[in-house]
Amino acid sequence: MIPAAFEYYRPKDMAGVLAVLEEHGDDARVLAGGHSLIPMMKLRMAEVPHLIDLQDVAGLTGITIENGTVRLGTMTTQATMIDDAALLAAAPIMREAALQIADPQVRYMGTVGGNVANGDPGNDMPGLMQCLDATFHLVGPDGDRDVAAREFYEAAYMTDREDDEVLVAVSFPAPEGGYAYEKQKRKIGDYATAAAAVQITKENGVCATASIAMTNLSDTPIYSEEAGEALIGTSVDEAAVEAAVAAMLGDIDPTEDNRGPIEFKRHAAAVILRRAIARAWSRA
Amino acid sequence: MKDDVTREERVDALGGMGCKRKRVEDARFTQGKGNYVDDIKLDGMMFADFVRSPYAHARIKSINIDAAMALDGVAAVLTAEDLKPLNLTWMPTLAGDKQMVLADGKVLFQGQEVAFVVAKDRYIAADAVELVEVEYEELPVITDPFEALKSDVVLREDTVDENGTAVDGAHGPRGHHNHIFKWEMGDEPATNEVMDDAEVVAEETMYYHRTHPCPLETCGSVASMDKVNGKLTLWGTFQAPHVVRTVASLLSGIEEHNIRVVSPDIGGGFGNKVGVYPGYVCSIVASIVTGKPVKWVEDRMENLMSTAFARDYWMKGKISATKDGKITGLHCHVTADHGAFDACADPSKFPAGFMNICTGSYDIPVAYLGVDGVYTNKAPGGVSYRCSFRVTEAVYFIERMIEVLAIELNMDPAELRMKNFIKKEQFPYQAALGWEYDSGDYHTAWEKALKAVDYEGLRAEQAQRVEDFKAGKTRKLMGVGLTFFTEIVGAGPVKNCDILGMGMFDSCEIRIHPTGSAIARLGTISQGQGHATTFAQILATEIGLPADSITIEEGDTDTAPYGLGTYGSRSTPVAGAATALAGRKIRAKAQMIAAYLLEVHDDDVEFDVDRFVVKGAPEKFKTMKEIAYAAYNQAIPGVEPGLEAVSYYDPPNMTYPFGAYVCVMDIDVDTGVTDIRRFYALDDCGTRINPMIIDGQIHGGLTEALAVALGQEIAYDSLGNVKTGTLMDFFLPTAWEVPNYETDFTVTPSPHHPIGAKGVGESPHVGGVPCFSNAVNDAFKAFGLRHTHMPHDHWRIWKTANDLGLHG
Ligand SMILES: Cc1cc2nc3c(=O)[nH]c(=O)nc-3n(C[C@H](O)[C@H](O)[C@H](O)COP(=O)(O)OP(=O)(O)OC[C@H]3O[C@@H](n4cnc5c(N)ncnc54)[C@H](O)[C@@H]3O)c2cc1C
Repeated sequence: MIPAAFEYYRPKDMAGVLAVLEEHGDDARVLAGGHSLIPMMKLRMAEVPHLIDLQDVAGLTGITIENGTVRLGTMTTQATMIDDAALLAAAPIMREAALQIADPQVRYMGTVGGNVANGDPGNDMPGLMQCLDATFHLVGPDGDRDVAAREFYEAAYMTDREDDEVLVAVSFPAPEGGYAYEKQKRKIGDYATAAAAVQITKENGVCATASIAMTNLSDTPIYSEEAGEALIGTSVDEAAVEAAVAAMLGDIDPTEDNRGPIEFKRHAAAVILRRAIARAWSRA
Repeated sequence: MKDDVTREERVDALGGMGCKRKRVEDARFTQGKGNYVDDIKLDGMMFADFVRSPYAHARIKSINIDAAMALDGVAAVLTAEDLKPLNLTWMPTLAGDKQMVLADGKVLFQGQEVAFVVAKDRYIAADAVELVEVEYEELPVITDPFEALKSDVVLREDTVDENGTAVDGAHGPRGHHNHIFKWEMGDEPATNEVMDDAEVVAEETMYYHRTHPCPLETCGSVASMDKVNGKLTLWGTFQAPHVVRTVASLLSGIEEHNIRVVSPDIGGGFGNKVGVYPGYVCSIVASIVTGKPVKWVEDRMENLMSTAFARDYWMKGKISATKDGKITGLHCHVTADHGAFDACADPSKFPAGFMNICTGSYDIPVAYLGVDGVYTNKAPGGVSYRCSFRVTEAVYFIERMIEVLAIELNMDPAELRMKNFIKKEQFPYQAALGWEYDSGDYHTAWEKALKAVDYEGLRAEQAQRVEDFKAGKTRKLMGVGLTFFTEIVGAGPVKNCDILGMGMFDSCEIRIHPTGSAIARLGTISQGQGHATTFAQILATEIGLPADSITIEEGDTDTAPYGLGTYGSRSTPVAGAATALAGRKIRAKAQMIAAYLLEVHDDDVEFDVDRFVVKGAPEKFKTMKEIAYAAYNQAIPGVEPGLEAVSYYDPPNMTYPFGAYVCVMDIDVDTGVTDIRRFYALDDCGTRINPMIIDGQIHGGLTEALAVALGQEIAYDSLGNVKTGTLMDFFLPTAWEVPNYETDFTVTPSPHHPIGAKGVGESPHVGGVPCFSNAVNDAFKAFGLRHTHMPHDHWRIWKTANDLGLHG
């Protein structure tokens, strides 16, 4: 658990970050909270000869809520997501999800940007961002670029972000209606056996909109559009829920690991989604 | 002389046995001021790191160290070739087998030590490890002991003759080249006869999975060879420092007086730190080679994949009874997976430890135990993880067999236990498999436990839950886990217990200082058990000086008396007895001094709390403080100056703590998630020295039991890769996963122990594992389940429910 040698940079602004990235290409990487990257470096699964710490870069933290849009600076920690009253009012699912990530020590360090940029299928924020239809704001040598969370993930640790691009913020329309983030894990500090993010709106007793995304059940987060559609226009009765579950099961592709065989994961995914829908609907 | 203080106040002032004295260790531990192996820093100290095998079974074709040696700051790279001239390529294990220090031509498990890199700092050492080029040729891997016994593949070529036939091992003939030993106890023909004629027989096979003690602090050592005075100092994570010194002397040829072994603070052991590891040996060799102190400290993954594991027992049982539930016989056969080398840490004559305590708390007239040890391509070890020598396996076995028999008999398992307990008046009780239980009152403890949890109420609630489940009103089942365990601890009588030939006595040496304070040194070593607190309490009561005025020191072989160390819950039963007896020697001399000072005959004074008083004249007395001073400043005719004593204690028998545990668990049938609603633990450890420390030991032991029962395992894939090598997958519970524990007790002193204490460090683990497991099994009993293997993690519980058709 001893990392290979690396150069450490701590620029004060984005220009400084981009300069190092430009000079060293994929030999350089940014460091946010370090709670995914540093373990990988210690295991020597990630070799990062040039490490650029983002913590002194101005303008990367903070939560703003304006005109119905919630924006989190990339360096906003999971702990802040739990404590921020305005965020709780605007998007309570953020707090519910953040509370199920790791443990308090990790959450004081781990950031929203690191969590979504990492590309680990076990991370909880990517699925949540897809559920909320978030946009990721990137800067690079050629300027700014926005990518939809639902378009961002390609495979495990492979995202649409170029090596020389940096994520500066995530934003999403403040969600309406009922919500739930439901996660099954083996213990505190564990990644999901199965997790579901659900947002539902209700009009006249009928589901008007529904958004469903699943975590750690494929090599990317799974936004299941069909699962959401299965609920829309229904009273979220058993038949509708089962249709949504069936649609979700058609979209996920879990693998066997120490959390269990594929059959169990699919079973757990179904149970977790049913519970998430029930809770979200009860809050809608 | 006048004394305003009451007797009760004088007792309180001592802080002796029975009081909840706060742990004196905690001031330094809670402030980060402990002194562990990795805190040791010496001038010019080098750091070492291992090159380890990625394969579970492979021939080593070549090792090239050139690139590593060329790296700036690398001082040495040791391989098996370098150890050959020293005759250290292999070393003896504590179990009569031998083990490679560095891979000698082949590797036998993933993570095996191949080369030892010594460098100026940790970072350079880690870089150099990557530069050592090892060429391997993969060999067929065997991770299943049953397959090993059928396979043509010879795992240990050093244990067969030219014709490929297995030569005898340390425990006699071996039936196959991958077989290690067969150990048999009891009477098999008589047992079989009882089984054949029995009214009811229940059979079950259970796998007690491989797990690992995973102490918070990993293993490590610092070796410093002083070439000027020829002295070797070795600091390390040793549960038995004196034995390590003896072994180091025998292996290295350095005379024992020139070796000083020190166990500093140890961050948990649980059996993991009893054995001798290649890292210790290599750090010594490296210090001799480089002339510098060399530190080796393993990381968490190395600790989990290469140091001593626990369990890995396949147990096949048969239990017979009359129709009305009187047990008539027990048959047990174990296939024991020992991994690549038999490195168990059991007394020499007990290759399967005290597995023959598997008749448990029951009066079973006839029994048989057979154990076959087997080599596989897994890490060596087989230590007693918080249990005295395979007692967890034994208690798990019998407590599961009782449950299975209860199903067979259609009888309540609490009642079945009650019906078969050894009765109070049967003690000392001679068990069918050889042990003589010292004392017990099982019926009283069991009744107290059942009453405390309202056992009948729980069963009624459970029956209702099953109805509700069947009616579709709930998806949660309820399990009531029961366990009544009898431990066997305090190894042990020198006549039948030894480690590498060293009898398992223990020791205490006391020096009283002139002003009435004292230091006591013991042959044991605390790894968190609080010896500095409790041993001072024993002495306070024995010699009448306040516990706060008594320093307890352990772990330095230059100063402490020889002892066999701390494991198997032996410190209180053995060293605790030595402490009491050394204290009594002090008291005997103090009595002579007191009599002289009071100008009466020796027999005319008697000990009273903190003083000697003239019989019948309590106003005439000398306090122990005064006596201590007199021992150093007066010429007393016929009495040597000073006040010191040493005692070496060879216990006449083991001690047999016992307990009654009940666990109430809710299980989500759909997710396999368990929720422990209640855990009641009644322990009888004989005389209670410090109730607060006992509670702490019980909380910790139960938590480790919960871990083992509900998910903690060392799992391998078919290629012998360790699947659970980090704490992400190896389950170590946090405060979050731990329920509230209710503790309770009865007191049945050991009749042969000087203070009647039996030891408690391991009971909660021994009793806890079957209790949690029985709760899971019990929850599904109404749906036809007899037995499901541990660990009961989510997916395995889900699978149990699924196999029973509970998912529709
Ligand atoms: C014990 C433990 C348990 C955990 N459990 C969970 C869990 O249950 N759920 C969960 O979601 N996470 C979990 N995590 C991960 C944790 O939430 C991490 O903090 C998070 O995944 C990464 O955030 P970070 O800020 O630490 O990023 P870092 O580790 O610093 O970076 C992660 C990756 O993202 C890249 N990166 C970071 N910021 C940017 C940026 N602005 N632009 C471009 N690339 C960037 C880095 O280069 C790196 O490749 C756990 C971690 C630990 C140690």
